[in-house]
Amino acid sequence: MNDIITLVSAAFLLIGSAFALVASIGLLRLPDLYTRMHAASKAGTMGSCLMLIALAIHTTDVGTMSRALAGVVFFLLTAPVSSHLLAKAAYTVGYRLHPTSVTDEMASQDQQ
Amino acid sequence: MISVQSIFDHAVLAALAILCLSFLITIYRIVKGPTLPDRILGLDMLVAIAIGFITVIGIKTGYTLYVDVAIALGLVGFLATVAFARFVLSRGKTEDDILAEAQQAASDARREDRAAAKEQLRRDAGNQARNIDAAASRSGDHHE
Repeated sequence: MNDIITLVSAAFLLIGSAFALVASIGLLRLPDLYTRMHAASKAGTMGSCLMLIALAIHTTDVGTMSRALAGVVFFLLTAPVSSHLLAKAAYTVGYRLHPTSVTDEMASQDQQ
Repeated sequence: MISVQSIFDHAVLAALAILCLSFLITIYRIVKGPTLPDRILGLDMLVAIAIGFITVIGIKTGYTLYVDVAIALGLVGFLATVAFARFVLSRGKTEDDILAEAQQAASDARREDRAAAKEQLRRDAGNQARNIDAAASRSGDHHE
């Protein structure tokens, strides 16, 4: 039982760090702010949440486990809000989408 | 037979290495990032990776007091991103606008410089003519 918990925790750690790596590669390779925001806010949040869950699984202390899970809930609540706020501010100010973008829903909203 | 503990240790080391790599990639994006929102997004990502680091170190050393630090860091990162977003909104112009304004100001300054130089030249010529007149009238006084 103890071995299984350790292995599951190791798997969560590896998957979480792989998500963080994917997020940073997306941050490096994607063409404009709005697509980079997808990588950073989705994969990045997923990565740190998975690693916190690994800590919660690995520890034997109930207090540490509950704090780690509280951290997961907190990041899941705040990361989308801050990313959306940043993207909305950038769009309102006038940072343009990359020319290869196929659709701009906000532009059609402005025209109506 | 590989022991479970050695698998776990290797997983922790691999997670640290992968996190280091993604940290460096994110820092490259922050340094290069063509616009301000890109840099803010990179900082947001950096906070997420730092939380991952704290978690892995907490698992590795068993010193789980760092989880509180991670939660506080997440709060600070969230507030910083919100404040930066407000700043981008209140600044109200993109990097292209700032560049265009700078070029406009430079060309205005050049034009004003040219106008001032022309004005100075005209004033100098007027002064010279007046001096010649004065000299002529003085010499006229002497002759009298």
